[in-house]
Amino acid sequence: MRPFTYERAIDPEAAVAAVSKAGAKFISGGTNLLDLMKLEIERPIHLVDISRLPLKDIKEEPDGGMRIGAQATNSDVAADIRVRTRYPVLSQALLAGASGQLRNKASVGGNLLQRTRCPYFYDTAASCNKRDPSSGCAAIGGINRGHAILGASDACIATHPSDMAVAMVVLDAEIELLDADRATRRIAIGDFHRLPGTTPHIETALKTGEMITGVVLPAPPEGRQFYRKVRDRASYAFALVSVAVVVATERGTITSARVAFGGVAHKPWRAKEAEAALTGGTATMATYWAAAEAAMAGATGRGHNDFKIELAKRTLCRTLAHAAQEN
Amino acid sequence: MSLSTVGDTKNAENATENAKVALTVNGRVRQLELDPRTSLLDALREHLHLTGTKKGCDHGQCGACTVLINGRRINSCLTLAVMHADDEIVTIEGLGSPDALHPMQAAFVLRDGFQCGYCTPGQICSAIGMLAEAKAGWPSHATADVAAQTTALTDAEIRERMSGNICRCAAYPNIIAAIRDVAEGDRG
Repeated sequence: MRPFTYERAIDPEAAVAAVSKAGAKFISGGTNLLDLMKLEIERPIHLVDISRLPLKDIKEEPDGGMRIGAQATNSDVAADIRVRTRYPVLSQALLAGASGQLRNKASVGGNLLQRTRCPYFYDTAASCNKRDPSSGCAAIGGINRGHAILGASDACIATHPSDMAVAMVVLDAEIELLDADRATRRIAIGDFHRLPGTTPHIETALKTGEMITGVVLPAPPEGRQFYRKVRDRASYAFALVSVAVVVATERGTITSARVAFGGVAHKPWRAKEAEAALTGGTATMATYWAAAEAAMAGATGRGHNDFKIELAKRTLCRTLAHAAQEN
Repeated sequence: MSLSTVGDTKNAENATENAKVALTVNGRVRQLELDPRTSLLDALREHLHLTGTKKGCDHGQCGACTVLINGRRINSCLTLAVMHADDEIVTIEGLGSPDALHPMQAAFVLRDGFQCGYCTPGQICSAIGMLAEAKAGWPSHATADVAAQTTALTDAEIRERMSGNICRCAAYPNIIAAIRDVAEGDRG
């Protein structure tokens, strides 16, 4: 690990001021950043510890929504009874990710900013446009079984690894940011993560020195929520494909639907085409399959990951069939 | 602007000044001077000579380094020692002694919940943290209804909740039996 200096910030304003130094980075749970620092993929020269900032509250908002502080741990959010009852898809997604130990440490803000687990990004002997811009992409033409099938580019086919963010996308969450000038802004989570294009090293809409202070969830959408994750082992593995849905039905007709996928793209992937195909349709497998076909119409495999296109369709159908069951 | 700044930024590329940090480990305050890069795991093992906590993968994948911070289980390899001033750290050495085993340690002995023993301190710390989580009503990926107030701690639940601890000897059936014994003892 490269040497660095360390400081603990006492309030959010001090934190954004401290991180304005060149080479400085925030650290919170550290579960991803320290892993990457050990491999010298991340090489900050100064760390600003924001884990003790008073940004841990999980609060109900007057409009029926909730606000989750960026420093709340993944565990605290997943276990919050209000989240479990009103946003079960978020609790399910969090519990599908990592391990008990990691969830106890990982923050909500850090989860959003975690880096891809593409093995070529981690392998400093391999070319990677995300780690080393313009060096090439070893995953294209390499072992790409886990890689993106939607929204990828010739520069990068990495996926975003978060489960939590997939649920937040389906819930239309907004991310609250604070910058070095102490200005705050909110951005829709769908606009927060970027597709790789020609600049896969630029992963989010965060401006230099900006800090995530919280995530705002609008009031729960109508319908039943469900998160399903498909992976190589039963627990503690990243998704091959995951699906978050919110579906409302009335006498066998789908009145509203929201769909998002994880493990398929450089960002948590909202599938509006699938939602359009579902809304107004009958709650039957034929409708689900049509929606799945619509969601994957633009999908491209790179060889080893071709199976993910079919897997994503079937996972969506199974998840919809489960969620659309009327009580 | 900040509570504490350690190290000299100008020279950070060459060397880093050691940082003074007071860690509370197993109820004792320990004064240390550490390179800021020192993981909590290395501080425990190399500086405090508490070698019960094991280094397996050093990347948060195996769970051998699990310790309890303020009662919660974490991977000590993926956190910096300097980040833990003000915390209560408990390692395997703080749970019990050979003469007075913690109930979880006794259950692992009784149920033969290990073979080589390398993962055992992490398994035991993790199991204690996990039972506290279950007692607090936390759901898991194995829980059918996350909104339910209580969840029975079935073997499937224990397996899922302990998935962050790998046992290369595959003593899993006996590890689960040991944890189940303690969980049932807690209820009784």
